[in-house]
Amino acid sequence: MSNRFLSSTAKNLQPSGIRRFFDLAAGMEGVISLGVGEPDFVTSWKIREASILSLEEGYTSYTANPGILSLRKEISKYYRTKYSLSYDPNSEVLVTVGASQGIDLAIRAVVNPGEEVIVIRPSFVSYLPTIELAGGIPVPIETTAETDFRPTADAIRHAVTDRTKAVMICSPSNPTGTVLNQSSLQEIADVCIEKDLLVITDEIYAELSYDEAHVSIASLSKMRERTIVINGFSKGFAMTGWRLGFALGPDDILQAMLKIHQYTTMCASTTAQHGALEALRNGWEDVAHMRKHYQRRRNYIVRSFQEMGLSCHMPGGAFYAFPSIKSTGFSSEEFAEKLLHEEKVAVVPGNVFGPSGEGHIRCSYASSMEQLQEAVRRMEQFIARHSTQEPFLVDQKTMQT
Amino acid sequence: MNEKEVEVLEIIEHNGRLAVDTIAKMIDMSVEATGALIRSLEEKKVIIEYATVIDWAKVDNDDTIKAMIDVKVTPKRDVGFDEIARRIYRYDEVKSVYLMSGAYDLSVQVEGRTMTDVARFVSDKLSTLDSVISTTTHFIMKKYKHDGTIFDEGDADKRIVVSP
Repeated sequence: MSNRFLSSTAKNLQPSGIRRFFDLAAGMEGVISLGVGEPDFVTSWKIREASILSLEEGYTSYTANPGILSLRKEISKYYRTKYSLSYDPNSEVLVTVGASQGIDLAIRAVVNPGEEVIVIRPSFVSYLPTIELAGGIPVPIETTAETDFRPTADAIRHAVTDRTKAVMICSPSNPTGTVLNQSSLQEIADVCIEKDLLVITDEIYAELSYDEAHVSIASLSKMRERTIVINGFSKGFAMTGWRLGFALGPDDILQAMLKIHQYTTMCASTTAQHGALEALRNGWEDVAHMRKHYQRRRNYIVRSFQEMGLSCHMPGGAFYAFPSIKSTGFSSEEFAEKLLHEEKVAVVPGNVFGPSGEGHIRCSYASSMEQLQEAVRRMEQFIARHSTQEPFLVDQKTMQT
Repeated sequence: MNEKEVEVLEIIEHNGRLAVDTIAKMIDMSVEATGALIRSLEEKKVIIEYATVIDWAKVDNDDTIKAMIDVKVTPKRDVGFDEIARRIYRYDEVKSVYLMSGAYDLSVQVEGRTMTDVARFVSDKLSTLDSVISTTTHFIMKKYKHDGTIFDEGDADKRIVVSP
């Protein structure tokens, strides 16, 4: 990029590694995709109908900057019921354009140029660029499959400097599916209290937690005052295209986020907000139905990976399996590219989520059982064909770079 | 009925063609235990048969006529509606029979080769049964949804191939 009009920020921003795989796979016929980061369910009809009704009734103008009050009240009720957390719908709830905007607002509201934000990796591709766009410095902490991709308190403590402002966590995690349980969260909380750090917690996959109830770090003792919760409707309610999320947090931080929101976005889509209101009031049976299906598919795909010789930790949530492909000797990128070209199965190479994702691939199981069975069949063929590769070559290569 | 049995039934009801080892992985049980569980459900007649939902409208030479018939009957002492229901469901033309609350008693689904076949079945066989007081025949013109399956909706995956 050499256009003289471009800002140095835009010039220096690296395109997402996911984008490259989208380009590679998009032009191919007959591809089975395990590369999608969104539900395969269509938003339930009652939610769609509520939005259609809102249009019929003429709700086509702006809403209040933080969102429709009745929706903010429902969001507040949701966190009170599920996590025993109390947020004032008038000042501590903000409806955003997807969880992504919530993350952006949170970071912009708290990070001064040069301040550091600790990010647990492998992580969602947007966290680091979003921190950089705010002038902050991301400080990644790498985790491994050996610890189920959970960070230790020591690792976080070690990464803290005088400039550290916040720790970003995501549970259940994209891309690993790891759920940070109560004890993991307590470890993180202890360090944050000790070092006086803020926590930004991305809970967009909270409703897709399979083996145990999801815990919000904000609900731990002394954490509400230092936590910004980001959540939304995309994953649990299968509403990705609606772009509707929300943020919860202490009054002063939320009001700062609201200032940025009102100048940059005005408000989230009115039509989507009416759908979301219906989702929170009457959508829970659909969430339970989808969760049950994801759980069965998770069991199926993880066991299938293990049987074909790809070690894979059991993800507790989200809809991603993150198996190791180190035994094949390929790098993540090589594996994903060869698999796409030879068997027409699209997966996302783990290295796009950070160096600790190298040697892994992200496989979304948000696909029908028929699609998953075919993907497994093709991957078995692929693994069988390439099983003569020198194992663990990738580890050595990664260590050198 | 335990939790795993219900789970197997839900899975099989949605897709009766899944292999036992696939179902075993889905419910996190061994293949042997899953096989035994399914056999036991079959023996207990909880699983009655493995059916397929077919959109016959897409079959060129399908010329069957389907009708829903509302039947009012006089129930009999001791046997209630069961005796007349049994007499009706034994006809080959009859595909399903339900006892209903409301304006009529039995809902009978009938199939025939032609409209005349169905009409003849109703006038000659159904209406002449002793307990039958009246019948109202509704011919099915188009099937939109059957047993939870939507027939006329495009099911193509509208998602982009790779996304964050």
